[in-house]
Amino acid sequence: MSDPTTQNVKPLLEIKDLQVGFQTTGGIVPAVRGVDLTLMPGQTLAIVGESGSGKSTTAHAIINLLPGPGRITGGSITFDGKELIGLGSKQMESIRGREIGFVPQDPMSNLNPVWSIGFQVEETIRANGIASGRKNVRAHAIQVLKEAGLQDADKRLKQFPHQFSGGMRQRVLIGIGLSSRPKLLIADEPTSALDVTVQRRILDHLETLTRDIGTAVLFITHDLGLAAERAEQLVVMYKGKIVEAGPSKEILENPVHPYTQRLVAAAPSLASRRIQSATHATATHALSDLEYAPTKVTEGVDLIAAAEERVEKAPAVKRPDAIVVRDLTKVYKIRGQGKGSSGEVIASDKVNFSVEKGTTTALVGESGSGKSTVAKMILRLEDPTSGSILIDGTDVAPLKGKALLDLRRRMQPVFQDPYGSLDPLRNIGNTISEPLQVHKVGDRTARKERVFELLDQVSLPKSLITRYPNELSGGQRQRVAIARALALKPDVVVLDEAVSALDVLVQAQILKLLADLQAELELTYLFITHDLAVVRVIADNVCVMQQGKIVEAATTDQVFDSPQEQYTKELLNAIPGAGITLGV
Amino acid sequence: MSNNSFTPTPKHFVAPLEETPLVAIDAVNVGERPSNLWIDAWRDMRRRPMFWISAVIILLVIVVALFPTLFTSVPPNDNCQLSNSNGGPTSDHLLGFTKQGCDVFSRLVHGTSTSLSVGIIVTILTTVLGILFGAFAGFYGGWLDSILSRAGDIFFSIPYILAAVVIMSVFSAYRNVFIISLAIGIFAWPATARVLRAEILRVKNSDYVMAARATGVTNFRILVRHVLPNSIAPVIVVTTISLGAAIVAEATLSFLGVGLPNSTMSWGNDISAAQVDLRTAPQTLIYPSLALSITVLAFIMMGEVIRDALDPKARAQR
Repeated sequence: MSDPTTQNVKPLLEIKDLQVGFQTTGGIVPAVRGVDLTLMPGQTLAIVGESGSGKSTTAHAIINLLPGPGRITGGSITFDGKELIGLGSKQMESIRGREIGFVPQDPMSNLNPVWSIGFQVEETIRANGIASGRKNVRAHAIQVLKEAGLQDADKRLKQFPHQFSGGMRQRVLIGIGLSSRPKLLIADEPTSALDVTVQRRILDHLETLTRDIGTAVLFITHDLGLAAERAEQLVVMYKGKIVEAGPSKEILENPVHPYTQRLVAAAPSLASRRIQSATHATATHALSDLEYAPTKVTEGVDLIAAAEERVEKAPAVKRPDAIVVRDLTKVYKIRGQGKGSSGEVIASDKVNFSVEKGTTTALVGESGSGKSTVAKMILRLEDPTSGSILIDGTDVAPLKGKALLDLRRRMQPVFQDPYGSLDPLRNIGNTISEPLQVHKVGDRTARKERVFELLDQVSLPKSLITRYPNELSGGQRQRVAIARALALKPDVVVLDEAVSALDVLVQAQILKLLADLQAELELTYLFITHDLAVVRVIADNVCVMQQGKIVEAATTDQVFDSPQEQYTKELLNAIPGAGITLGV
Repeated sequence: MSNNSFTPTPKHFVAPLEETPLVAIDAVNVGERPSNLWIDAWRDMRRRPMFWISAVIILLVIVVALFPTLFTSVPPNDNCQLSNSNGGPTSDHLLGFTKQGCDVFSRLVHGTSTSLSVGIIVTILTTVLGILFGAFAGFYGGWLDSILSRAGDIFFSIPYILAAVVIMSVFSAYRNVFIISLAIGIFAWPATARVLRAEILRVKNSDYVMAARATGVTNFRILVRHVLPNSIAPVIVVTTISLGAAIVAEATLSFLGVGLPNSTMSWGNDISAAQVDLRTAPQTLIYPSLALSITVLAFIMMGEVIRDALDPKARAQR
């Protein structure tokens, strides 16, 4: 790899004052407003930003793959000495794929389900003129899959996308992206749809491959920790502009722009690293002794400060268990693959744990680990196959009618998708007061008063009461969902990936809100998540789940300091930012 | 662009704060007035000329149907004189005369209520049946879904015009607006049911339904309060378009001679009676056909406008 400081090396990609807008009925809405960036051959550059920051639009503009109403309205993009803006579609096609590879975001929808993997790889090879003749193309396709790290590549060629896991599909897409040895690879959130351990393996692999080939990588991500770990250079985008750019390490250690400071303070991966290194350094668990450099956060949330506050407020005395789960098992019957046989899937296998009143227990696992199934059984949305659930000492399984309604009153859920968990046709007031109506709490005016009180608790203005969910942002919707969950003054709140779909800054705010509410209302949280980094900040105890079983359960500090199981260690190592030494 | 302006060493660049002022994280930013799917759809429709054109036509058709005497003082059946048979337009009778010597315009105006009534009765029937079958099949699923959906499939497999011809032939003694509507509607509802069932299958798995269930809302209340309102939009589109189709069906049946009796004024009957004189007196065929086409077109256009307004994806493409 060439040293970027050497003189006389021409930049591979140079973007100057790029302007991109989206045509709407109300005129052109700018999405990218004057972006400059330079990428040297063989280098890796990461663009970091929240949704709507224009990071993906910038990447798509380079290869002219802007969605429908998108238009480049100004600036220049020079790639390898050629101006890309204004290039005809024929010329663009010869560059796209051949000289600039692209790895899309969602591996699930970017492979055509009706064609075999082999066909799709061969299609790319032919289209880019890498090889010709049936045999050559086939041999090359096998080569591509081998490089992508798939075993039995020749057999795999005949298989179809649905026979591949998400990680394997993304490997295929990376293989396709790199098949013509492009000078530049654009990877648009290549692993955000994948589990963390898979993400780590895939990115490691991508790093080796591109280094060997000498391909420069433009990496788009929302995760600051991931970006800093994988790229030499960082570009932080905010509202279509670059707010800060430079060497990764320098930006992380010394963020100058207030927006970057906010991001650094709110990124769970970085916060968990910091807490970790601090506890190691001081050998005590008093977070207040942290020597981390307090970033000057003007507004926004510092996750570490939030975590610190949480621990301080936590009572030291042992309290009774709010939730006890014993041998909880759920078996799903599935229709067999062919031959009319039916099989069984054990989603939850003799799960045991308990949650102390007023504390937070995190149920951590990757997709398919059974964590959500356990949550649904506790909420009585699914019936367990065997085992028992005790809430405040009462077995919930036999509850029916009035007793079940009373149980629901004491236990409320908050779901992952803030865009899906609110009925779009009911206004915020009705949404929050629905539990009150169902449980016949108070009269009309009393209910309205309670809704105002709840809006206030989740820091939303009272005027929202007549508004509809589509007018609110993701974070605000999640606040409404939390308000609805709190309406009946429950003891237990089950948070099923409640912050996973939110942008980092908003996520930090909601985590802080949850911590504050817990302290104020003595709530017990069962926090279901795939993100160990978030767990570090919010949870007292952790249960790690794998394939329906709890493989490790301990306090958060114990799990992070001395993980016992190999799987837990893998999960911990997969938290982005492991390779970064922060100035703690 | 000169090559000298470029420095290969990555510099730590920080944008001046004035260029990108920070806004509060997750600031509440709502419009002046509340908005949801229906309010937005209405605001969107209001801006479309297509909406206003079809709305004016539909309104006009309704007014004509309710108050025919406002538009013509000539009685449609009385005072018909055979001396005027197939006569051309005169100053008092702008559209000319039918074979029986009746005023074409007057018959047109007085026939409107028949066509519209059939359209409305059929639509009410298909919508009620469609919602009942579609909602219960989609929401409760299982064996109930199997029974209701298969029942729908049976009705769906028979072309409703054919079925209506058979029914009307059997009940030839009771030919009136209600029976003909029944004959059309009884075989036309599965389309509505299918659309609704598919939409309900989508909506019932949404998180807000799960949230309501976890709160303790009963199944039926979830169906009525959350699921139906969120899945009704495509039904409204289908219904508007099928209202036009029902009017055509009545005309078809009357044209085939199994519809309404000749004594009842309807566009279909007039078209049927006019076919023999197409060459000598085209006005007897053209005007009822035009009335029929324009009315049906108005309903179909309205359906399209509503579909566009309710489907934000289609809206974004414009």
